[in-house]
Amino acid sequence: MTTSDVRISEAGLTDKPLLEIRDLAISFKTGSGEVQAVRNAHLTIMPGETVAIVGESGSGKSTTALAAIGLLPGNGRVSGGQILLDGEDISHASEKRMIELRGNTIGMVPQDPMSNLNPVWKIGYQVKETLRANGRPSGPADVAKVLSQAGLPDAERRAKQYPHEFSGGMRQRALIAIGLSCQPRLLIADEPTSALDVTVQRQILDHLETMTSELGTSVLLITHDLGLAAERADKVVVMYRGNVVEAGPSLELLQNPQHPYTQRLVASAPSLASRRIQVAKELGVESDELLAPGEPVVVEPTMTEDVLQIQNLRKVFKLRSGFGKSTDFTAVDDVSFSVKRGTTTAIVGESGSGKSTVAQMVLNLQKPTSGKIVFDGVDTSTLNNKEIFAFRRRVQPIFQDPYGSLDPMYNIFRTIEEPLRTHKIGDKASREKKVRELLDQVALPQSTMQRYPNELSGGQRQRVAIARALALDPEVIICDEAVSALDVLVQAQVLNLLADLQSRLGLTYLFITHDLAVVRQIADHVCVMEKGKLVETGSTDDVFDDPQRDYTKALLHAIPGARLMLPPEVA
Amino acid sequence: MIQYILRRLLQIIPVFIGTTLLVYFMVFALPGDPIRALFGDRPPSEAVIAQLRQQYNLDQPFWVQYGLFLKNLFTFNLGVDFTGQPIAATLGRIFPVTVMLAVEALIIQTVFGVTFGLIAGLRKGKVFDATVLIASLVVIAIPTFVLGFVLQLLVGVQLGWAKPTVGATADWGNLILPATVLGLVSFAYVLRLTRASVIENMNADYVRTATAKGLSRPRVVVTHILRNSMIPVITYLGASLGGLMGGAIVTESIFNVPGVGQKLFQAVIRSEGPTVVAIVSVLVLVFVIANLLVDLLYAWLDPRIRYEN
Repeated sequence: MTTSDVRISEAGLTDKPLLEIRDLAISFKTGSGEVQAVRNAHLTIMPGETVAIVGESGSGKSTTALAAIGLLPGNGRVSGGQILLDGEDISHASEKRMIELRGNTIGMVPQDPMSNLNPVWKIGYQVKETLRANGRPSGPADVAKVLSQAGLPDAERRAKQYPHEFSGGMRQRALIAIGLSCQPRLLIADEPTSALDVTVQRQILDHLETMTSELGTSVLLITHDLGLAAERADKVVVMYRGNVVEAGPSLELLQNPQHPYTQRLVASAPSLASRRIQVAKELGVESDELLAPGEPVVVEPTMTEDVLQIQNLRKVFKLRSGFGKSTDFTAVDDVSFSVKRGTTTAIVGESGSGKSTVAQMVLNLQKPTSGKIVFDGVDTSTLNNKEIFAFRRRVQPIFQDPYGSLDPMYNIFRTIEEPLRTHKIGDKASREKKVRELLDQVALPQSTMQRYPNELSGGQRQRVAIARALALDPEVIICDEAVSALDVLVQAQVLNLLADLQSRLGLTYLFITHDLAVVRQIADHVCVMEKGKLVETGSTDDVFDDPQRDYTKALLHAIPGARLMLPPEVA
Repeated sequence: MIQYILRRLLQIIPVFIGTTLLVYFMVFALPGDPIRALFGDRPPSEAVIAQLRQQYNLDQPFWVQYGLFLKNLFTFNLGVDFTGQPIAATLGRIFPVTVMLAVEALIIQTVFGVTFGLIAGLRKGKVFDATVLIASLVVIAIPTFVLGFVLQLLVGVQLGWAKPTVGATADWGNLILPATVLGLVSFAYVLRLTRASVIENMNADYVRTATAKGLSRPRVVVTHILRNSMIPVITYLGASLGGLMGGAIVTESIFNVPGVGQKLFQAVIRSEGPTVVAIVSVLVLVFVIANLLVDLLYAWLDPRIRYEN
């Protein structure tokens, strides 16, 4: 597609932009006065074009998009500029006019499929009310048609189900169906797939692309993933702290970023980094040289003993199926692998693949149904309570959600000190010294000690969680999706920190993740799990360069940006 | 679903036995001799007392008394009270009145509580919201007997809008005043609960999505905010029904309503074990069944809750 400003669409209808945002300013009323969330935002979407807004959380990208559909939260308002839809300024349009436009002219696919469908209404009803509100035929057949167009199999039966009976991917399809049901001319897709597994993400985005190009719909895609934006959009707009810092055709922007923030974003987006390594390999360049600046090269481990051996591990859950009967569900099925000291092993797979269950068993939080976990030569199932206590000191976890895994009532000092106190290490003074050291290690100011988790950002919290895990000088750290909840730039920082700590302290990581792009950057070995089984294992390079199983290929193929041809020197 | 209902109905049996046993024991443990108390200052001969004791099984140990009560209950013979009237007939007279009173109060508190709560929630922080919140606090703070007498005097006597007392013939019309008084207390809680629930739900993602679909504001409010907000309110209403039935003693006395509260109070004063236990047993049944209905309604309102297992 061309990206010139004046252009004849396929229907030959217009050469004017469908949506034009000019000098948009949005402010929020807060306890301490008005806060500017967006300043001087500008973007243009031509009919049939896809434009992506990229930025980290808090950059104003969602706010800008919500303003275009008149859905700013109650305390927000457009304080300047214009939003022109087909030449009509809708930035201060009446609620009546907006209701006319919503659904019919501007559709929306929201971010989180788990919370955006009303749990108490059937899927079919939620589609039906959309059709009805926009004056379209809304019989059961019409509803089924809309749902099946969004790729929902067996739509007639599915329409009679409730959201909780749908998987995340299915719900997102339903939301896409709703967003496109009245064939709007503009679709606002706010992180439509960020809550989904990569393979599902790819399917959904492919489908969205097909549907919108068939209907000639313009798409405003909001995402934090630059790789995804570049792959899916004609033009990319980069927002940073409420400002549009850069805009332009996707590939141009990716290859020649002008603004320092865009440069950082291009350098650290895992999907792009991973792709860069891939392209470099194909061109015969050594991958180590291509890692983002500042990223430490992991020193080859000198010790080669297995610190952790997993042998024929199985976990069977009993599922209740009424009247005392139960059916067996095998979450982990005959999994064996070993982890060498000082290396990073990643277990990857989609949700439900059993990867987290493996982690919980290694942590001795769940008992295996059969099989053995040998830690440093000792079968962990034979440990008595006292020995388990000692074992916990040597194997520490970092969990996914830095909001949920820190006690909100504990200040940071108490949070990090707790393991030391539990294991009766040192006296008060030496413990405080240790906490200060740990904060230094994770690059947090010592003044953080007196603060509480809710005063910290997601990245800072995850640093606290890492400091807590390091408090007992463990040998092995189990990271269960430890960076999945973080913004890309923060993610890169935390990954750097982990790599740095590994080379300094000789730590062993078992990294549980669904994000293959992250794996490529940090892991030495990869175990791919599918439906409880270990389907492929090997060194990271082997698995990425020459995947054996279709499942692994599908996972690799689903990393956003896989279609981009990036020159290796792009960073 | 049917299995679930059956299982819940079966659960009534242990609950019923437990509560009646407890109530029976408490009446048994009340100090004083109920028979002597009946005669006041002119005690009858020991022979008469002994005969009355035997008639009401008061000469038997506790377990025998309780066993006889259960046996009579299952043969649908509730016996007679100390005034010689059949207890079954008394129950048949007082319960319809109280049910009517409780249902009327329930309707009043639900309709007004939910409506005001919804509007207050939607207009959070505005004048209406603040007014209603303060008014509801006032209602919570004033004891029922004050509220009852004031309304009786004001509305019943001075303005003459409603009958100040009910008397022997209770119907929906003349119960309006006591029902209002009874409903006012829970009304304030229903209002606050609805308001809090609405405020929580109106910021939910699916409400924003519903708006983005092009639905009109009233539609969004009714189908997406109100319905989801009713879930906690329904739970509270079910629990409050029991309170309305059994806890109407003060209101029934003020407005002279010949209902359960009044009768229960008299029976407790007279240590009439069989009458107290009979009334309480029916109340227990009402309570258990009301809660079952609430749970079923809950499942209907929130499809994520399913009772098959």
